[in-house]
Amino acid sequence: MTVDLILFLILAAVAIATALGMLLSRNAVYSALFLVLNFATVAVFYLLLGAPFIALTQVTVYAGAIMVLFLFVIMLLGTEELPKGEGLNWQKPMAVILAVVLMVEATFLIFVQEPVADLISNSPSADFGGPRAIGELLFSRYLLPFEVTSILLLVAMVGAIVLTLNKKEGGQK
Amino acid sequence: MNFSEAANTGLFFQLAPLLVFLPLTGMLINMIFGGKMSEKAVGTVASLASGSAFVVSVLLAYSLNAVHGELHTIPFAEWIHIGTLQLDWTFRVDSLSTVMMLVVSGVGTLIHIYAIGYMHEDVRFKDDIKRFRRFFVFLNLFIAMMMILVSGDSYLMLFVGWEGVGLCSFLLIGFWYDFDTLGQKSTANAEAGKKAFIANRVGDFGFLLAIFTTFWHFGSLQFDSVFEAATAHPDPVVISAITLFMLIGVTGKSAQVPLYIWLPDAMAGPTPVSALIHAATMVTAGVYLVVRSAPLYSLVHSASYIVAMIGAVTALFAATIAVGQYDIKKVLAYSTISQLGFMVAAVGMGAYVAGIFHLATHAFFKALLFLSAGSIILGMERGHHHLAHGHGDHDDADAHHDEEVFDPGDMRNMGNLRKQMPITFWLYMAGTLALAGIFPFAGFWSKDEILLDAKLHAEHFPGVYWLLSLAAFMTAFYMGRQIWMVFFGKERTEVAKHAEESPPVMTVPLMVLAVLAVFGGALNLPFDGFHNLGHWLEYTIGHVEGLPLDLGVAGISTVLALLAIFFSWLLYGKNPLKEGQPDPLKKPLGFLFTGMENKWFVDEGYKALVITPFEKLAKFLSIDLDWNFWHDWFHDSVLYAGFKWLAKFLSEPVDMGIINAIADKLAEWTQRSSESLRRMQNGFVRSYALSVLLGVVTILGYLLFK
Amino acid sequence: MVPVNYYIALSAILFIIGAMGVLVRRNALIIFMSVELMLNAANVALVAFSSANNSLDGQIFVFFIMTVAAAEVAVGLALIVAIFRSKNSINVDEINMLKG
Repeated sequence: MTVDLILFLILAAVAIATALGMLLSRNAVYSALFLVLNFATVAVFYLLLGAPFIALTQVTVYAGAIMVLFLFVIMLLGTEELPKGEGLNWQKPMAVILAVVLMVEATFLIFVQEPVADLISNSPSADFGGPRAIGELLFSRYLLPFEVTSILLLVAMVGAIVLTLNKKEGGQK
Repeated sequence: MNFSEAANTGLFFQLAPLLVFLPLTGMLINMIFGGKMSEKAVGTVASLASGSAFVVSVLLAYSLNAVHGELHTIPFAEWIHIGTLQLDWTFRVDSLSTVMMLVVSGVGTLIHIYAIGYMHEDVRFKDDIKRFRRFFVFLNLFIAMMMILVSGDSYLMLFVGWEGVGLCSFLLIGFWYDFDTLGQKSTANAEAGKKAFIANRVGDFGFLLAIFTTFWHFGSLQFDSVFEAATAHPDPVVISAITLFMLIGVTGKSAQVPLYIWLPDAMAGPTPVSALIHAATMVTAGVYLVVRSAPLYSLVHSASYIVAMIGAVTALFAATIAVGQYDIKKVLAYSTISQLGFMVAAVGMGAYVAGIFHLATHAFFKALLFLSAGSIILGMERGHHHLAHGHGDHDDADAHHDEEVFDPGDMRNMGNLRKQMPITFWLYMAGTLALAGIFPFAGFWSKDEILLDAKLHAEHFPGVYWLLSLAAFMTAFYMGRQIWMVFFGKERTEVAKHAEESPPVMTVPLMVLAVLAVFGGALNLPFDGFHNLGHWLEYTIGHVEGLPLDLGVAGISTVLALLAIFFSWLLYGKNPLKEGQPDPLKKPLGFLFTGMENKWFVDEGYKALVITPFEKLAKFLSIDLDWNFWHDWFHDSVLYAGFKWLAKFLSEPVDMGIINAIADKLAEWTQRSSESLRRMQNGFVRSYALSVLLGVVTILGYLLFK
Repeated sequence: MVPVNYYIALSAILFIIGAMGVLVRRNALIIFMSVELMLNAANVALVAFSSANNSLDGQIFVFFIMTVAAAEVAVGLALIVAIFRSKNSINVDEINMLKG
């Protein structure tokens, strides 16, 4: 057992635990905080995998901006906890059964049928996955999708504003 | 491209379809906008539509002359193409059809203008612009249909126009379907319209048989190919059949014995209609048809002889009736029948030029006479109105109802009108002299040409000449009688004293017609170099011998005419008719005159011989055969009961038991399954997501373990 | 030295946990967070493959996925706010107008 493997296992445990925490928390604020932790753990994985730029983006965009937005909405709407209601009776057991089946299938696929046992080098070249390499690729080969992304973000922005506009008062401008 | 160049290259021939579509345009304008327009505007639109058709006719005639009368056909539309049956709407411009076009549109336009004034004053017209408009819509439709008739290149297109003008005739005779000629509530006019339509149907049926036979035997309806086939292999039996069937059509449309009976009744229509349709144009369609089919008639002498005899007999027969009539328009109506007899006799003898010549001049002077008669009737009505109004105790609307019915068209009510209506008097004189055949009026030349032809062909057509001469004598006599009774002597009623002259909108077209009636003979003078119409028609009907003036024939007919007028003066002019005095002819002629007066009881004869048996047969068929046997027994007992049993069998065991049960079960099953399926649509997003996941798991499992 | 398998397995576990969240929670916001978790799981797999194949394309994909996720969150949260306004609840079980 190498140090890498131990580190991986610990981090994986943390990630799974926080994900489960998000899943099981009654309070939505807790869920959100667990998710932040999960995202941070994933960012560390990215660093281990030689993707520093993505790791940093993960922290700023996901754990930072998106989750703050989530928290903001939770607090705004005051819906930290939902009153207990009549759930769908067989929804939960069915979900668990399906999840287990899916898990079995995934395990079978990953470890038995198509085992990709490549080892990931622990010391990638210095620039691999750095901002410069990513940037060069983005502005050369992926220039068009990159520009399309900007339009997508603009549309999303306009859409969000239109959706949240208060029709009764804002309709007439 | 200048005008004559356009004429020489035949460019104007392309205008031929406008002959039909210009009047139709006028009709449509009046139909759509007429309700909002003034009377004058409606009349102007209609007159312009007809007048522009006249302009087109003139252009066609001009360019036809420029190309030396060469026949031009202008294909316009494909109609029916089935196998060997090739029926197209093609316009045919040749010298014969242009003559007809000119007469129809020229006289028609003048009558349109006259009608603006006439219809306004008609007693039955009570400022109803819709009625006024309808009249002009019908008139324009008539012009369009007449143009289709004369410009058609096949018997079928001719028949389309033939039926179209028949329809217009029916519509216009019954134009005042709710009032009679005197302004009283009645359906007499509608009856007259029906009579005309039914009598014409008999003729049209004959014409249809002729068309069918033609197509059956020659495989075509196009004029030239029919004539070519007929002359190439003349089969006397078939051609006789075709020509005689066609003759039935001619006797119907052109009011010949024995189908003429509708024409006198057709005078129920407004006077412009009588002038346009029942004197100048439509009734001459039969003559046109015979001339158009000249190649067929010239092949069988017996058929031609029958045509000529029918024409001659009609000429004399109608003339005798005209002598005994008192209604001014009835006299003219019988005179029209008689003159049509002249034309039919002429074309029957193969004197096509004479027939068409008389057709044209007759159109001029008979239209003139009819329209003048209309002017007289209106003048009388004005006088009547003046009197009724003068007494002052009735307003306009019901003045006619309270008093004794006054007939403004009865010649016994007139007398000395020359004083009150001088313009109309001179116009009427022009028309009368033309009709009576006095030198040098138009009628003299055309009638003499017919008589001369009859004399020259006497060996092939025995009897025709004598019948026609006698008819000519009668013609002059009844016209003289009319003139003396209407314009001379003493006023026989108060009304006649107060008759008033008509306005210029009516008299001006009359003057134009009068000029034509006086000088129309110039079309075809019997001197070398003046056979204009003859040479013109040569382009269509082959070489025509230009007849010289035969002083013998002309002299005899002139002497006869003058003699007849002298007799009429003796009887009606010297001692004018007094109020209430019977006709002076009544005594010497006795029962003969009673016959004339009562139209030889032909209508009654038709009633006894045709209508009554027909009604009896119809009654037998309807009551005994149809109702008692067919309806009561066969329908009720056999069909109804059998059907009821079948329906019961089909409805109860078959329909309810099998078909309905299947449908019910199907519906029930669908409902049940949908009810159970409905549970899946529970509206919970999460369970939908679960389904998605189930799908993912299943597919993945399938892919892994297949 | 960690085999790629492990990362993929981790990715699968995270994905399944996210899917569970979508299925069992009633709070629309938490469902939404679960969706984000599933996206993240996919990202982990992509970055792992990128590293294993020594190719940057995987990371670029992740970059784009993040952008799309950001846009999705913006619109999605706006939708949730709009729904809350009209229904006064973000319980997805109450948003069942499609019930047959």
